[in-house]
Amino acid sequence: MPFRILPLLLLAVMGVVIAAEINYPLDAPAPDGRRPGGTLTQNSPAPPIANEENKDLKRERNYPDQPPTIPHTIRGYQIDMNGNKCLSCHSRAASARTQAPMVSITHYMDRDGQALAAVSPRRYFCNQCHVPQTDVLPLVGNNFENIDKILQEDANAAQKP
Amino acid sequence: MKALFAMLKDYWGILRRPSLYYSLGFLTLGGFIAGIIFWGGFNTALELSNTEKFCISCHEMRDNVFVELKDTIHYTNRSGVRASCPDCHVPHEWTHKIARKMQASKEVWGKIFGTIDTRDKFLTLRRELAEHEWARLKANDSRECRNCHNFEFMDFTRQSKRASAMHSTSLAKGEATCIDCHKGIAHKLPDMSGVKGW
Repeated sequence: MPFRILPLLLLAVMGVVIAAEINYPLDAPAPDGRRPGGTLTQNSPAPPIANEENKDLKRERNYPDQPPTIPHTIRGYQIDMNGNKCLSCHSRAASARTQAPMVSITHYMDRDGQALAAVSPRRYFCNQCHVPQTDVLPLVGNNFENIDKILQEDANAAQKP
Repeated sequence: MKALFAMLKDYWGILRRPSLYYSLGFLTLGGFIAGIIFWGGFNTALELSNTEKFCISCHEMRDNVFVELKDTIHYTNRSGVRASCPDCHVPHEWTHKIARKMQASKEVWGKIFGTIDTRDKFLTLRRELAEHEWARLKANDSRECRNCHNFEFMDFTRQSKRASAMHSTSLAKGEATCIDCHKGIAHKLPDMSGVKGW
């Protein structure tokens, strides 16, 4: 009987020894992401949830084929096999009545470019690509420059010498 | 048949004959008090059946429609105002309320015979159930919505652009009523194929 317990006992002792070691990284600094500061084991308070922007103003796209972001709130919008709330305004048939922009022609094509009568199933789930925006600072910085700026800089560089 | 007729005739006689033992005062006062008790009891029972607690005492409501309501703005919001089941599904004025309560006897029938006692049965019937509510709200010009959301009190400048555009045209002219656009705000939608505006 004691021999059966012995391995377990050894394992437990080893666990305690490892955990008690000073370098065990339980107090390692947490990655500076959404909630900067603190250690791995600390609980830092969650940041407040920001409101969705609801200005109904189209935003500039950073590149031509960027899916446009949604300029209004979509709380409670149902998109499933039963219905698609977005399409009740943005579909081809509804856009005249609602004056909402019609979803682009690419959404009415299958992957071989064949036109379909209704929105293609692979484009049906709007918020796979289109998302509303909130009024917060970006989580991580980036140095993206749009094509106009790059071309302008190229032209400027060519003029100089 | 003849015996029944004779019995009814007996009772009619009792009703017609002036009281022999009880004073007019006792009968009047007794009738008054009994009226209070019966009427009060009736209304208390009626209001008891008009609570969220009563609605979700049946699993059909608790496990299907109530869980869906819990996510929505009508159940939880920043200011803590809640619309519970009867606020939207039972008219507040007495006459309409009694009419709706009479219709609800069909729902008692459904409960007894298990018309929607499983999730599958509920999902199959969901479109029909939803259509009943859409038709009711369409017919009464969304009366239950307007118990709280009064068109006269709306501040269009505080609404988003597209909301105020819709409300100040179609709704203001009476061409459309709340339910025409705001379907599925408190519960999940059924299969919407063929529904106008979808």
